Amino acid sequence: MNNSFFRKFYYGDIPEESGGGNAAIAKSENAHAWPLWEIFVRSKQGLDHKHVGSLHAADATMAMENARDVYTRRQEGVSIWVVESKYITASNPEEAGELYEPAADKIYRHPTFYELPDEVAHM
Amino acid sequence: MNSSLIDYTLHLADNALIIAQRNAEWCGHGPILEQDIAITNISLDQLGQSRNFYQYAAKLIGNNATEDSLAYLRTEREFKNSLLAEQPNGDWAQTVLRQFFFSAYQFLLYEKLQHSNDEQLAAIAAKALKEVTYHQRWSSEWVIRLGDGTEESRQRMLNAIDELWRYTGELFVAAGYEAVSGFDIALLKEDWMKKVNAVFEEATLPIPEKVFIQTGGKTGTHTEHLGYILTELQYLQRTYPNAEW
Repeated sequence: MNNSFFRKFYYGDIPEESGGGNAAIAKSENAHAWPLWEIFVRSKQGLDHKHVGSLHAADATMAMENARDVYTRRQEGVSIWVVESKYITASNPEEAGELYEPAADKIYRHPTFYELPDEVAHM
Repeated sequence: MNSSLIDYTLHLADNALIIAQRNAEWCGHGPILEQDIAITNISLDQLGQSRNFYQYAAKLIGNNATEDSLAYLRTEREFKNSLLAEQPNGDWAQTVLRQFFFSAYQFLLYEKLQHSNDEQLAAIAAKALKEVTYHQRWSSEWVIRLGDGTEESRQRMLNAIDELWRYTGELFVAAGYEAVSGFDIALLKEDWMKKVNAVFEEATLPIPEKVFIQTGGKTGTHTEHLGYILTELQYLQRTYPNAEW
């Protein structure tokens, strides 16, 4: 199980042994803790939503409003996504070697080896 | 010079300033960081609205009046804010309920005011309406969340209704100077009740019946709370006149 790529790693303070996410937090330090949410904001210039941080909220509606107040009050964005942190599966940092390093010496995978016709203006 | 227009503009400014000051009291004390930021954002929105109204009032008054002299150097009896705005924060339930009552009122008010013949008032109202739309949404969701929440949150909401309901009627009892607005504020009460009814129904909260309605704030007769607010708000300018950052 330990070396499987499919093992689920939870983000932040979500205890990884429990798929339920916040059950352990609720039992431990603060029985009234709200779940953690990850916030993604799309700026005026950007086409993609970028991760800007996280916050606590009781549900998606509150997460959206909290995100509006915490992360867009300086005109940072025009669109917000929120997702509860427990639904994010992260890769295992210990496996970085086997996951990413094999790509390092395979520069032929970059498209720079292809000659582009002049007519293709934007690439 | 149109003294009714000045009084009316000051009334709008005072309402926004006093509730801004109340909400600002939460700064650093919010129940969690996210709500601390939310309530102080609302406070800053209201402060911005009050500045716009004060600047306009200062221009109408002339005589070297400024937004600062109007906010910092008038006495309690000269303030024309509604009693609801000056009521204490109490707990979170009381604060969000006060905000909901007030934002629902301001929403209807600014909706009308943005079509005012007075271009300046119309422009300020149109700009503020977007902010107030959000305040109304934010506060009504909290009323529903607490009213239809746990036994304790519901009890706190019921206490808040007990505390605040008597100050809501005044919002729709026109003071003499409100005639310059060009619409009858009393006629907005029906829509306000509709909004409150809808939110209270979802929050499973009862609408109080036959409550004596307190008035007086709009013409300068305030509850004891305003004096304390002004003491804190005006202390610096009165102790160190013309002090600047």
